[in-house]
Amino acid sequence: MGNTILQYLTVFILTIFVGIEVIAKVPAILHTPLMSGSNAIHGVIIVGSMIVLGSASGGLEIALGTAAVFLATLNVVGGFTVTDRMLGMFKAKPVDKKKTEEVAK
Amino acid sequence: MTGTLIARGTVLDLCYLFAAITFILALKGLSNPKRARSGNFIAMFGMAVAIGATFFQPNLRNVLPMVIAMIVGAVIGIPTSRFVKMTAMPQLVAIFNGVGGGAAALVSITEYMKIQHEGPPTYVVLEVLLGVLIGTVSFSGSAIAFIKLQELITGRPITYPGQQVINALLGVGAVALIVIILIHPSVALLWILLAVAFIVGMAIVLPIGGADVPVLISLLNSLTGIAVAASGFTLDNNMLIVAGTLVGASGLLLTQMMCKAMGRSLPNILFSAFGSAVSGGAAGTGEDRPVRSQTPEDIGVMLAYANKVAIIPGYGLAVAQAQHIIRELADELEAKGIDVFYAIHPVAGRMPGHMNVLLAEANVPYDKLLEMDEANPMLKDCDVALVVGANDTVNPAAREAGSPISGMPIINADEAGQVVFLKRSMRPGFAGIENELLFNEKTTLVFGDAKETLTKMVGALAAS
Repeated sequence: MGNTILQYLTVFILTIFVGIEVIAKVPAILHTPLMSGSNAIHGVIIVGSMIVLGSASGGLEIALGTAAVFLATLNVVGGFTVTDRMLGMFKAKPVDKKKTEEVAK
Repeated sequence: MTGTLIARGTVLDLCYLFAAITFILALKGLSNPKRARSGNFIAMFGMAVAIGATFFQPNLRNVLPMVIAMIVGAVIGIPTSRFVKMTAMPQLVAIFNGVGGGAAALVSITEYMKIQHEGPPTYVVLEVLLGVLIGTVSFSGSAIAFIKLQELITGRPITYPGQQVINALLGVGAVALIVIILIHPSVALLWILLAVAFIVGMAIVLPIGGADVPVLISLLNSLTGIAVAASGFTLDNNMLIVAGTLVGASGLLLTQMMCKAMGRSLPNILFSAFGSAVSGGAAGTGEDRPVRSQTPEDIGVMLAYANKVAIIPGYGLAVAQAQHIIRELADELEAKGIDVFYAIHPVAGRMPGHMNVLLAEANVPYDKLLEMDEANPMLKDCDVALVVGANDTVNPAAREAGSPISGMPIINADEAGQVVFLKRSMRPGFAGIENELLFNEKTTLVFGDAKETLTKMVGALAAS
């Protein structure tokens, strides 16, 4: 048992570094999609909710588990839909404009 | 029998591993606007695989309520997120974040109900406790943030007598409760902890207002991630740990970047009720000082003779729904061969990077959106800096000591040849302090609704 928790701790610590590494490269113009995207990702708690509900017995446990699945579903579908909508708006250039001098890069 | 079970468990774990990888790829994709959308699709697919695989969990019960809860959640969630206005995006992100935290808290407490008879070791109790505490704080905190952003209550900091004392008592109470639970764990105490955490979340968010809300949302997002990771520990699920930790770590980093952009520390943002206390002294001194103001038509004509124009948008632009008309103005300028770019302050808008999304919605190409550090060296070459609905983010007082915004990085609008402010009134910004730039001799003010003003400017510009 002591070994298992150590394994999870290892995963936890390494993921912290991955998270910081990956995010440090995100430009400020994408910070809102980043928040909304990571918002969708923590919606993975839906799997946790399913596992808990899937082994629940007794009225209270089932009720709590169902509520958790419901809340987590909102999180997942809302998070991904919003992120996709936002990212769909980011376009490199307007389609019908004449090419003007680039101000940057 | 045992053989098939192990095999099935392995397949499940591999599916979860796959999902965890897609989440990392999605975040990685966000480093480039071109790849960001496909990254999001990859994570969506990974999530679908993880959810699908969970249905094949051995001995899964209560499938009917599970599916019904999912259908109801999707029926509510999808239309809401599809049709909400882009200006309302921050509160939507807040609420989706809150429900995630709530789910994590419920998962932790329900799992504890099941394992309590086995007398779980203290570290398991600690995991449960953290999941309940952090998840609930995120839930109630996000709910208050939502109510504030939706303007159901004032967006300004809410303070009341004895607030500090009450918050201190709440904090001490929560810590005491945690210690008691660790020594004598019980479901009843966990419910009390949940109730206390609910109040703590509200108490933390109520005194935070105005321009600090973006930082807060980022922090709450991070907290939900940590709560999910805690639930992952309790459920022995690596994918939850990876996904939750990714969000937690990245959210904290983003929070820190936001704090830096405002030149303040996180404790200062959380505990100072900024913008309520400082507004008394500095404001109100300049009401009768002379300012130069002109008509929108004059400014339109003036812009026609510029070579390079910087547009500095603030949240006021979004409030006036003027994103589209400002793009028309920029198009008109470009058609005349005038260089235009947007200088975006990191905390412009109601959440990190919000202004970029609002302008992207109005079809402004993203290579015209310059971050502050990129834009600042270019401002001295600009003939005109057009400040629309921004105030604190161009206030030179930030460069001097002794001001509430001292040390906050600003956009150097004052270095441009001329500065034009589109403003509703002489009212100060969120920080509640006077902006000297308004009284500068090269500054011109145009009063009125940003959308109407800009429409008139476009007309005058097109005619000249």
